[in-house]
Amino acid sequence: MNPEAALGNLLEEAKSIAGGQQTGIRDGIVKSIYDTSERITRDVVSYTSDDRVDLDRKIDNILTSRIWGFPIMFGILAVVFWVTITGANYPSAFLATQLFWLQDRLTELFLALNAPDWLHGFLVLGVYRALAWVVSVMLPPMAIFFPLFTLLEDAGYLPRVAFNLDRFFKKAGAHGKQALTMSMGFGCNAAGVIACRIIESPRERLIATLTNNFVPCNGRFPTIIALAGLFVAGSVTATLGGVLATLGVAGLVVFGIAVTLLVSWLLSRTLLKGEPSSFTLELPPYRIPQVGQVLVRSVLDRTIFVLGRAVVIAAPAGGLVWVMANTAVGDTTVLAAAAGGLDSFARLMGLDGFILLAFILGLPANEIVLPILIMSYLSGGAMVEMESMADLHHLLVVQHGWTWLTGLCTVIFALCHWPCGTTLFTIQREQKNWRWTLLAAVIPAGIGIIICMTITTLTRALHLV
Amino acid sequence: MGLTRQSTGRSAVREIFNVDDAGNELVIALAGNPNTGKSTVFNALTGLRQHTGNWPGKTVLRAEGSFMHGGRRYNLIDLPGTYSLHAASSEEEVARDFLCFANPDATVVVADGTCLERNLNLALQVMEITGKVILCVNLIDEARRKKMHINIRKLSSTLGVPVISTAARSGEGLPELMDAISDVALGRVTPKPVLVRYPEQVEAAIARLEPRVREITGGHINSRWVALRLIDGDAKLVQAIRQYYNGRESKITQAGMEVLA
Amino acid sequence: MNAGMPLDRLRNGCCALVTELAAEGPARRRLLDLGLVPGTKVEVIRRSPLGDPIAFNIRGAVIAFRKEEAGQVLVVQVS
Repeated sequence: MNPEAALGNLLEEAKSIAGGQQTGIRDGIVKSIYDTSERITRDVVSYTSDDRVDLDRKIDNILTSRIWGFPIMFGILAVVFWVTITGANYPSAFLATQLFWLQDRLTELFLALNAPDWLHGFLVLGVYRALAWVVSVMLPPMAIFFPLFTLLEDAGYLPRVAFNLDRFFKKAGAHGKQALTMSMGFGCNAAGVIACRIIESPRERLIATLTNNFVPCNGRFPTIIALAGLFVAGSVTATLGGVLATLGVAGLVVFGIAVTLLVSWLLSRTLLKGEPSSFTLELPPYRIPQVGQVLVRSVLDRTIFVLGRAVVIAAPAGGLVWVMANTAVGDTTVLAAAAGGLDSFARLMGLDGFILLAFILGLPANEIVLPILIMSYLSGGAMVEMESMADLHHLLVVQHGWTWLTGLCTVIFALCHWPCGTTLFTIQREQKNWRWTLLAAVIPAGIGIIICMTITTLTRALHLV
Repeated sequence: MGLTRQSTGRSAVREIFNVDDAGNELVIALAGNPNTGKSTVFNALTGLRQHTGNWPGKTVLRAEGSFMHGGRRYNLIDLPGTYSLHAASSEEEVARDFLCFANPDATVVVADGTCLERNLNLALQVMEITGKVILCVNLIDEARRKKMHINIRKLSSTLGVPVISTAARSGEGLPELMDAISDVALGRVTPKPVLVRYPEQVEAAIARLEPRVREITGGHINSRWVALRLIDGDAKLVQAIRQYYNGRESKITQAGMEVLA
Repeated sequence: MNAGMPLDRLRNGCCALVTELAAEGPARRRLLDLGLVPGTKVEVIRRSPLGDPIAFNIRGAVIAFRKEEAGQVLVVQVS
């Protein structure tokens, strides 16, 4: 008899021996193992002092307390953003100065070599400029935020966030661990999607996956921060500006979390109906993160990662934008034509064609959206050289008619639009179903469009802008 | 090529699990509850010599790496963190299947020193499947902070396996851990794990079924453990054993064809 | 023996012994694997700021359950 059949028989025999007391037997088996563990532990573990300070419990009494739990959560979020925003200013300014000085030197070099205009345009104004923007504007915030986030994670704070927020997720029909996957999304949405594996039930895993994009990832933060800084900090002192910008960003993130819950709720009532599965959350002891190690390794890691992506994605994108801006079609350029085509739809959303185009071209990586937008605006005629963030205000507001509505809608769309290429690819790999992947793109984009249109219509109707 | 060690036996099965195995390298499994610092141990031992992927056919993350010790290379497979091996989830299935069928040269169970009782649950289950176990009591620095003292020597003699205390974050205990791993993997030390005693009824049933299991599995899988699982009504395990035999047989047939060719 | 009350009805700070599990199948297995075997001591640590889930000390580990799941563990209070 082959092994399979023999084993099958044995299984049947075992069942008959059990005689219908399966549950009792199962319980008994687990109990025996635990009784043994208990006995052994009692034998080998002793306490050196009666006065045992349970520090973890004391800390949790504060961090997850009824009164302080939520304010502290919000506070920690705000502090992380504030450190990122203010901390990134100096490196950004420094890098911008250096890199654009270098750009001028490159231009001189090309002139000296009598290089053709188009070559200079493509390589320096396109490829190099995109690189310079990503490195100076996007890299510093990313290299600060990610390590800070890793520190929080290392310290063991994230399960507490899940513990605090779970009731919302329960009401939304989602799994409690979604709070964790959502938190991971702050670092990187692709990583957040992979993290969704901690949710066993396929239905709840899908809900977590489809809504992961509503928290802004590391690549979107600089865009949001730059724009928030611009419009909030406009006419106030630097410190107050920094604080206001922080509050703005934090407020946006809270908004994103609210949208996550709302969409989860909708999904669990419509497309992804089903029974809530069981959920146990372990709250591990707090660990003092190895700050030095984390900072160094994380900053280095992030920097290399962003630089790598800048070379592989941003540089070619920059080249592409330059080509589009300098290739004539009819009596206009490809870029202007594309932006023009999108313009009427974009205006309904409170944006303009260039902004929408930048988001579309920014599919491969979110951090190139703002650089692409800046470059598109710059190549669209008025040759104002942009060498710092102060000039950004001029470029957007003065040159291209941005109002607070434009800024707001851009920031909201940055929060609610299709996931980046890497995330979509990851979703496909995890779910192995193009329908869900498509939905993962359509849902946030759809919501973003609806919200922007609503705000725009209302604002215009009330003549607020 | 013929019926070499490569085409039959462990290597063949390991291939099913996609283990990086040149046939004569040592494979060490790393098991443990979630939140025990298992990944810290893994990272500390393998450093940069690691890569992550998936377990074949499942969306469960897998990390694989290696370290050198005493001139030999040890392949380390990080099994998913699980509370138990009763295959209630894909992670538990993956962990159990690997321990059961891929026959690692040694298994390290990483336990949280501050929560030994719960962690021993998994350790004892692992010890029921394979005898080549080393218990790594990690987070010993945290335990100290909580004014806990663990009598490692007594724990080791009670359990019947080597026990090493570590604080992987600071590297404490890691050299001793590597020594213990190599001792067990190379057969210099043969652990004699303590057996969990089950209720009368269950033990009697095990006694009845064990010899028959041994007949079928030929001693490749721990027969007492399989008998226990049968009594527990574990149909999934029967299925898994089926797959294992199919896998082995097709590999052997393949090799056989090559001999004839 | 007294069948016990659902664990979620216990106040913060109380200790109790598990008497029975009201769950079946995989849910029951999960609770058992975490150590909630009859006779185990459980301590109620605290509730989330929003009231749910509830954190317990089970065999040295802090584990949180939602009310519904905690309610499947029947306990008898001890001082």
